[in-house]
Amino acid sequence: MTDQPLLAVDASGLCRRYGRRWALVDVSLRVPTGTVVMVTGRNGSGKSTLLRVLSTAIRADRGTARLAGFDLRTATQKVREHVALLSHSSYLYEALSALENMQVEARFLGRDSDRKALLPLLEEVGLAHRADDSVETFSAGMRKRLSLARTLLQEASVVLLDEPYGQLDPPGFRLVDSLLDRLRRRGATVLMATHLLERGSELCDLGVVLEEGRLQWFGPAAQLPSHASFGPAAEGN
Amino acid sequence: MLLAALRKDFLLQWRTRAQVLAILIFGATSLLLFSFAIGPNALALRQHAAGFLWLALLLSSTLSLAESFQAEMEQRALEGLLLLPASARALYYGKALANWGQLAFLGLALVPVMIVLYDAGTTNIGALVGIILLGTAGLSAPGTLYAAMTSQARARQTLLPLLLFPLVVPVLLASAKATSLIILGDPMGQVRSWSLLLVCFDLIYWSLCGLLFGRVVED
Repeated sequence: MTDQPLLAVDASGLCRRYGRRWALVDVSLRVPTGTVVMVTGRNGSGKSTLLRVLSTAIRADRGTARLAGFDLRTATQKVREHVALLSHSSYLYEALSALENMQVEARFLGRDSDRKALLPLLEEVGLAHRADDSVETFSAGMRKRLSLARTLLQEASVVLLDEPYGQLDPPGFRLVDSLLDRLRRRGATVLMATHLLERGSELCDLGVVLEEGRLQWFGPAAQLPSHASFGPAAEGN
Repeated sequence: MLLAALRKDFLLQWRTRAQVLAILIFGATSLLLFSFAIGPNALALRQHAAGFLWLALLLSSTLSLAESFQAEMEQRALEGLLLLPASARALYYGKALANWGQLAFLGLALVPVMIVLYDAGTTNIGALVGIILLGTAGLSAPGTLYAAMTSQARARQTLLPLLLFPLVVPVLLASAKATSLIILGDPMGQVRSWSLLLVCFDLIYWSLCGLLFGRVVED
């Protein structure tokens, strides 16, 4: 974690549209290296789009951004070497086992793909006992756990988590909490999209509130304004 | 990285091997139906055997190629690999090589069916295997690219053959002609020329499609 830029994310005027609808409008964001940031907002406010743009999974239509010091547009491969995305899609091969999915990723990353090397990570997410089972037999929560293991394997300096608590049971919530803690201790920068405001305020340093694709609020997570409860849509969060 | 892609694709093919068997049965059924169209004329059957073999293989290839991207798109696994970052070119060549292996297997497995149904045997097995390898290489390279392009389209089952068939006409013609010469006899030694033509098409397709794949799969 040496020689890192001061800003892990430096975005200016990011815009992205799907068809005629703007999902992200003029979002500017400066996130210091090593901070944990909660990204929140009601459904369709642009949280996932922001994380997908920053991960280079999709391109911004306007605006510029640098991630870990590299420009998203001109140094895409370099950005990808430094970022890991936990997406809504699991990025898993249904026909392969949990261990095989991890092995596929380890081989592409040039890491040790031996069973012994990968089992501890599966153990950490509580899936070691199902390592040889096909992913198509997994529940949604188990898939999320495996996707978390897949994200951790990358050991990226910037980690983007899109609703990491989604589909998880209470032990799964504690697992995500401990993983966030681990990432923080490693010095990684984390951007986490979530609707769990109380949990997010406790665990995160900074908070971002998006509203209809626009940045509505950005500041210390502990001072997240009460109006960030998103009206009726926030019920149950 | 190419080795990692190749291992991944062969593993996926092995896990979905039941589908390969279904596609093989589809190809054999096509050959059977084509033979019904010709009727019980032994000479005509033998003369048309090579063309029908390649038509059956072409039809089977659209199923096999489309299927090869199903696993990549189900949970956006391909996007996950691109973000690792895996080289798009390595992913393409891994997939195209695995598809080539599968199509070559289908082609070779359909030969005995052709021999039985069309009485179209040959002693020049080496040349026949060579032409099947060259012809299926010419189908798999553009087929893999177009399968990636159409994998997220709603009408992918229709789009893939619509895009692929016009492009592979030269490969189909050369493969059918060379196979026909091997079965019926080659007094003028033309198989070599057709093989060279296939090699040229293969080189063009494999290099061009590898270059274009990155643009196809990125946003």
